[in-house]
Amino acid sequence: MTLEPDAPAAPPGLLPPVTPARVLAGLSLAVPVVALLWVNSYAKLTPKLGGVPFFYWYQILWIPVSALFTGAAYLLLNHDARRRKAARGGEVR
Amino acid sequence: MSHGVNTGALVVFVLFFLLVTVLGFLASRWRRSDNGLHLDEWGLGGRSFGTWITWFLLGGDLYTAYTFIAVPAAVYGAGAAGFFAVPYTIIAYPLVFLFLPRLWSVARSRGYVTPADFVRGRYGSRGLALAVAVTGILATMPYIALQLVGIQAVLDTLGVGGGSSSNWFVKDLPLFLAFAVLAAYTYSSGLRAPALIAFVKDTLVYIVIIVAVVYLPMRLGGYGHIFDAAATKFNAVNPKTHQPVGSMITGPKAQWGYATLAFGSALALFMYPHTVTGVLAAKSRNTVRRNMAILPAYSLMLGLLALLGFLAIAAGVGKDANGKAIAGFNPQLAVPELFSKLFPDWFTGVAFAAIGIGALVPAAIMSIAAANLFTRNIYKEFLRPDATPEAETKVAKVVSLLVKVGALVFVLGMDKQLAINLQLLGGIWILQTFVSVVAGLFTRWFHRWALLAGWAVGMVYGTWKAYGIASPATKHFGGSSAAIPVIGQIGYIGLTAFVLNLIVAVVLTLVLKAAKAPEGVDETTAADYSAEEGDPELADAPQPVAAH
Repeated sequence: MTLEPDAPAAPPGLLPPVTPARVLAGLSLAVPVVALLWVNSYAKLTPKLGGVPFFYWYQILWIPVSALFTGAAYLLLNHDARRRKAARGGEVR
Repeated sequence: MSHGVNTGALVVFVLFFLLVTVLGFLASRWRRSDNGLHLDEWGLGGRSFGTWITWFLLGGDLYTAYTFIAVPAAVYGAGAAGFFAVPYTIIAYPLVFLFLPRLWSVARSRGYVTPADFVRGRYGSRGLALAVAVTGILATMPYIALQLVGIQAVLDTLGVGGGSSSNWFVKDLPLFLAFAVLAAYTYSSGLRAPALIAFVKDTLVYIVIIVAVVYLPMRLGGYGHIFDAAATKFNAVNPKTHQPVGSMITGPKAQWGYATLAFGSALALFMYPHTVTGVLAAKSRNTVRRNMAILPAYSLMLGLLALLGFLAIAAGVGKDANGKAIAGFNPQLAVPELFSKLFPDWFTGVAFAAIGIGALVPAAIMSIAAANLFTRNIYKEFLRPDATPEAETKVAKVVSLLVKVGALVFVLGMDKQLAINLQLLGGIWILQTFVSVVAGLFTRWFHRWALLAGWAVGMVYGTWKAYGIASPATKHFGGSSAAIPVIGQIGYIGLTAFVLNLIVAVVLTLVLKAAKAPEGVDETTAADYSAEEGDPELADAPQPVAAH
């Protein structure tokens, strides 16, 4: 019987630099940037919302949406950082 | 523009000003530490600000009084083109999320106070650090001057100061007073003063804007009517240019300009010394990252505020009683005029206090940031290498005064238009420090001399291009968009200069590496860039004096 049944295959304490959490976080950050720089996708007057042309309410709507994406990236990276720390701590201490 | 003194509004305005003055002086005792003489204390608030204080501080710092005046003024004058500030402030946060935490960590581990300190440590290059510091100071000075322009717009509309009186001293006395007070509490309290005042400023701003976007449209017959009025204005053809005066959406030819202006400005935003100062004053790396997710709340205010430009059109601001456009109406007065026209007097006072205090917070932080740059990267680096931390703090305090006096002289003595032109130019300039600072946070691949050459090329190209742009208001530096070489579309000059800067830096790095030019000493380690408060990396770091 071994004392550590879940011995990891990778060298202990080293998560690969590219993890799914990091990729997802990068995507979350990229989405608002691409959406807003693609001006042609929203340079139109209709549909209006409460009298406000599309051009304006669409961009204003992106403000809270972008905050959600950035918040998601924050949580993903925190999760990633905790896992890295745990992996490192398991090796050192 | 003067309608006589608006007494009710003036009283409220003055009361709020007194309140923040008291706060400004009390701030020196707020969370004070034992070692008040260190530059970290005066210039970075002891690096002690948590998530919410940082949020207020950065919000007060980034969204300045001039923003409140200029963004709706641009929308009032040109329509859709002025709205670029919204995508700009949206994309800024995801972009800077990638590198600001690294800047915070390395600054915390190595005791850096300014972005130029980092460049100096990373590349071992005094020249490159000097370039970054000087660019920062040059870009910040007109920005401070514009905060004064913001206060002036409010005072004009209140009927005090401005053009009504013939005596220049009496005319500008209110501005003198506001600035003397600002200078005094910045001197005594350092970064703690704007941090504390930012609470008042931001609370007022949120209240005013929410009331404005709900209450004013009711007075003006709803948003449908407001945008119809705006469309009528912008579709009218200018008799001189035979072009429509403005546009409700960005036309196919204007889209590159809109996107590059938003993108370039977003990259530049956190290169400004005052924004870096706000970030480095944060207590932890996570404080910085959290703020990138919650700062968009201010962008929401900015988006709503931009709509006020349309409200001003619908309210007939800038037209006389018969509905004819007043010749030479200053669009900068669009929002102050809108408020004083439609709000009850006392609430106009609240709104103007929000704008006026909104000028004081960033002006204080900007002068502190410029003072930090001068002290650390010019005074200590070149004039007095043996200066103690106490001496640094003394010099920084005096410089913060000089910087503000300079801005005041600038606004009173010279054409206001010049301050606006130079601020546009400052945006182009500050973007040229991006490669040195941000690339340095991720890699040491670039050669220091190549970065310096890239910076120089970007500065010269940007200045030369902007010099050639005339506008109805000014012969040179009249705008910041020009044809992009190769692509041929009209785009933001700053971004074009940035791309040139990057290309020069890459090519010369390859050349210099092949020639084995000396690389300079890098004093930072890989672990510095991810250090978090409580990590072993920070145990040996210069300790910020503990705040209580």
